[in-house]
Amino acid sequence: MLRERIQASNYSFLDKLKSVDYLLILLIIAIGSISVFAIYSTEGGKFSFYTKNHIIRLSVFFSLFLVLSFVRVSTWYKNAYLFYIVGLILLITVLIFGISASGATRWINLYFLNLQPSELMKIAVIICFARYYHRIQSSDIQSYKFLIQPIILLIIPCYLVIQQPDLGTSILIAGSGIAIIWLAGLNIKYFVYSGLLILVSLPFAISILKPYQKSRILTFFNPDRDPLGAGYQIIQSKIAIGSGGFFGKGYLKGTQSYLEFLPEKHTDFIFTLFSEEFGFLGSIILLFLYILLIYRIINVGLVSRSFFAKLYCFGFATAIFLYVFVNIAMVLGMLPIVGAPLPIMSYGGSSLLSIMLGLSIVMSCKIYNQEQISVY
Amino acid sequence: MLNRGRNIEKGRVITRRMFILAAAKVLLFAGISSRLYNLQISDREKYEILSDKNRIREWKTPPQRGIIVDNFNKVLASNDRVFQLHLILDEIKDFDVTVFKIKNIIGLDKFEVNKLYKKKERLKPWDTLVVSDNLTWEQFSKINLYLHELEGAKPVLSTSRFYPYSNDLVHVVGYVGDASPRDIEKPEIKENFVPGLKVGKYGIEKSQEKSLIGNYGIKRYEVNASGKRISQIDYIKEKQGNQVNLTIDIEIQKYAQELLKGTAGSISAMDIYTGEIVAMASSPTYDPNKFTHGINQKDWQEIRDNPLKPLINKSIAGLYSPGSTFKPIVALAALEYGTIDPNKTIRCKGHKHPYELYGIKYHCWKKEGHGYMKLRNAIKQSCDIYFYEMARLLGVDKLSIIAKRYGLGTNVLGEIYNDEKNGLVPNTKWKRNALEQSWYLGETVINGIGQGYIQTTPLQLCLMTAQIANGGYKIKPHIIKDNSISYKDVINKIKLDQSNFPLHERNYLDDINVEYYQRMYHKKSNINFVLDAMYGSTNEQYGTSFKSRYDDPKYQFAGKTGTSQVRRITDLDRELDLDTEQIEYKKRDHALYVAFAPYKDPRYAISVIIEHGGSGSKAAAPLASKLIKRIIDRHKLREQINNGNTSLA
Repeated sequence: MLRERIQASNYSFLDKLKSVDYLLILLIIAIGSISVFAIYSTEGGKFSFYTKNHIIRLSVFFSLFLVLSFVRVSTWYKNAYLFYIVGLILLITVLIFGISASGATRWINLYFLNLQPSELMKIAVIICFARYYHRIQSSDIQSYKFLIQPIILLIIPCYLVIQQPDLGTSILIAGSGIAIIWLAGLNIKYFVYSGLLILVSLPFAISILKPYQKSRILTFFNPDRDPLGAGYQIIQSKIAIGSGGFFGKGYLKGTQSYLEFLPEKHTDFIFTLFSEEFGFLGSIILLFLYILLIYRIINVGLVSRSFFAKLYCFGFATAIFLYVFVNIAMVLGMLPIVGAPLPIMSYGGSSLLSIMLGLSIVMSCKIYNQEQISVY
Repeated sequence: MLNRGRNIEKGRVITRRMFILAAAKVLLFAGISSRLYNLQISDREKYEILSDKNRIREWKTPPQRGIIVDNFNKVLASNDRVFQLHLILDEIKDFDVTVFKIKNIIGLDKFEVNKLYKKKERLKPWDTLVVSDNLTWEQFSKINLYLHELEGAKPVLSTSRFYPYSNDLVHVVGYVGDASPRDIEKPEIKENFVPGLKVGKYGIEKSQEKSLIGNYGIKRYEVNASGKRISQIDYIKEKQGNQVNLTIDIEIQKYAQELLKGTAGSISAMDIYTGEIVAMASSPTYDPNKFTHGINQKDWQEIRDNPLKPLINKSIAGLYSPGSTFKPIVALAALEYGTIDPNKTIRCKGHKHPYELYGIKYHCWKKEGHGYMKLRNAIKQSCDIYFYEMARLLGVDKLSIIAKRYGLGTNVLGEIYNDEKNGLVPNTKWKRNALEQSWYLGETVINGIGQGYIQTTPLQLCLMTAQIANGGYKIKPHIIKDNSISYKDVINKIKLDQSNFPLHERNYLDDINVEYYQRMYHKKSNINFVLDAMYGSTNEQYGTSFKSRYDDPKYQFAGKTGTSQVRRITDLDRELDLDTEQIEYKKRDHALYVAFAPYKDPRYAISVIIEHGGSGSKAAAPLASKLIKRIIDRHKLREQINNGNTSLA
């Protein structure tokens, strides 16, 4: 049996600093700064609660990101399953001790932060799957034995998150997991078959949805069905974005958000506010920053040697893409309203924490990109 | 080595799959970008409008109503300062609590509180509820004192209609009140309406609504999602309604009302050339100020149940048989058609030997009879027998042509008063059409003394008198000042008409239409004959209004009395021969009087009617006499104003 040993080659600190992806850091800082301005605007141009909190969180989590970036990628690999299990335990804890807000039980009170474990689970699933597929031989990937395990690993957290209820995060977790299964090379026919199966079972799935979820989906297809109720958010969001025009209404001049027509403007609808104030131009620039971020993450995967790092980076890039796409498509009225924050931009500790955590693993993949990880 | 090869293969799969995913991502991002393009560039305008609709809300501010002034620019209807209490509904947390507090502070009763709740139901959550539009100073200061406890309450200084001459003008100017749903449907009100705006309910206020109402202002506020006002963006100032000038002289009007006090009746006075109505009094009257803020039940009942019917504008909506005031027209018609030689003598033999036609007896009002009468004397002493015979000879159809031409039987002021009556000048055709009966000669006979079917309004009688007094020219009566009609112009037009005399090819004995300021007579001498007879009636002994005469030529006037029966006089009545006071009020005769003054170079015509006042010479002529003096005293002033010398106002 040929065993590849971990090349515990000793990188010097300078080497490590050299291999840091500075563009990635710059992108994070850029999006982070934009988010501070956007959140400042949601408060009507007052430096108060949300802005302060967001800045504190950004700096704390950014520092955390920098520190964790120097953790060996093999360490992440070793603890991948542990990460997943901790996430699962936290999700179960939420089910029992969670605190509720607006009809959903999603958080654990950690005193300094209300932790939303489902956000961490988004990352945990990716690491877990990256490790899982890292060690599987490509010949084994197509076998049912090795397919059934990740499916179970995916269904458990998704089910727990749906129970909270949080359809959006659950879909994002599932999406990230499926993305890795796809990357690992599972035969396309499985995806086609399961896609058809989902289509067929969609009517049944809808029938077991909660009434508010149903109404959101119905409203998505026709927002004018209930313009002051379920359709209100979509309509107001479209009005805000549309009225922004090419150059936007100007910073701190977004009437829709300033006059409180926009719901949840500092969380899920932060893009709406940004787009109203900075217009088409600003929106495209922000979108471009996200594309660059995704590109940089993919790039790290490409230069990494280990499958774990590759799978993780590609998977995480896809996850980021999914978060951005689902959020923006949602506020543009292209997708039903499901709770999905915009990475880094949206106010929310857990989401920011999980993104930073995910990014730090990416960075560690970059720093230790030559590291080979043995299978054991 | 095998492992290594497999690993390379695995790496390739992963990378290939990543690129497929990346392509999908690019596509989806392109989708987002095109959606953004659609929303922000293609449909921008649509969303901008929606956004403005969201954030901008308009509040209409009520305009001040135009004022109404008399001929001398004295204000007849103004806007007075009032104290109001408004509630801004979106600033109130608990409506019940606020209403309870207000109820205690200004002392509302249960009924008024219920009214508030009903009002609130009709309003939108960001509307303003007017709790009271007319607080006393005491209530207003109390509200201000407790204002800190009353969130959403707003004491407001506003204006409301005020009629300084309260009772004296209500039948002319009218009054305002809350708009009814039917009022709001009218275009002139619909265009300018603001909730709470008072609109004209009667008279000038109603018919001149278009001028008076003004244009509302608009206050645009930026509001937030819950409708709370954030800032004022725009204020288009409201525009006060236009001033309406009347031809009324408030001094004359006041005096006329004073003369009528305690009676049911009317006095109308008119310039016989310009047609300007100087006074149009109706009695009894009521206070229009009571209607502005909604009249209370007790006051309303009092007005409604008054047997003298204050709500009827008697000058234009009261219909009366003209009685003997019709005689000048009968005489004129008979002369014009050559029916009678003015020197023809008829003997009035009193009640013992009445006029008889087909076995029916027609009596003269004078028991003893007038003796031998010629036409002039018959007018002067108002001998009924002479007129019975003359009417019989003339025929009702010819009479009706002349009567209508001089203004009887048609509405005088057009659309200004919606309750103005046409009256009725009967003829054979009318009776056939309306009653489907043929005309009886006996009806012609009583028509000759202004009884029977004939019905006229006091203003029509005034117009009739004016058009005889001005020499038989058609004038345009009006109550809203028309600067295009001046005395000089009218005189010039009349002179022009006279100089065109040979050009008139028309037969004035036919039923023809006459234009304004053109002659209506066939022979001028006939008009002069009638005027002279009316002079006799007032200024010569045995004339029916001899006692009311002035000898001073400045005030000297000529007129004709009338006593119109409200029921058939039976033989028993004639035997009893009761005084007016002895008869039940409702059965007493109406007293009428028409006159023009001064006799030489006349300028004004006047008509007086006292309902159930008894005889015209006793009840009506003295009032006319008093008023004529006042009108003539003020004539010079009026002329100065009308010639553009307004400094006197």
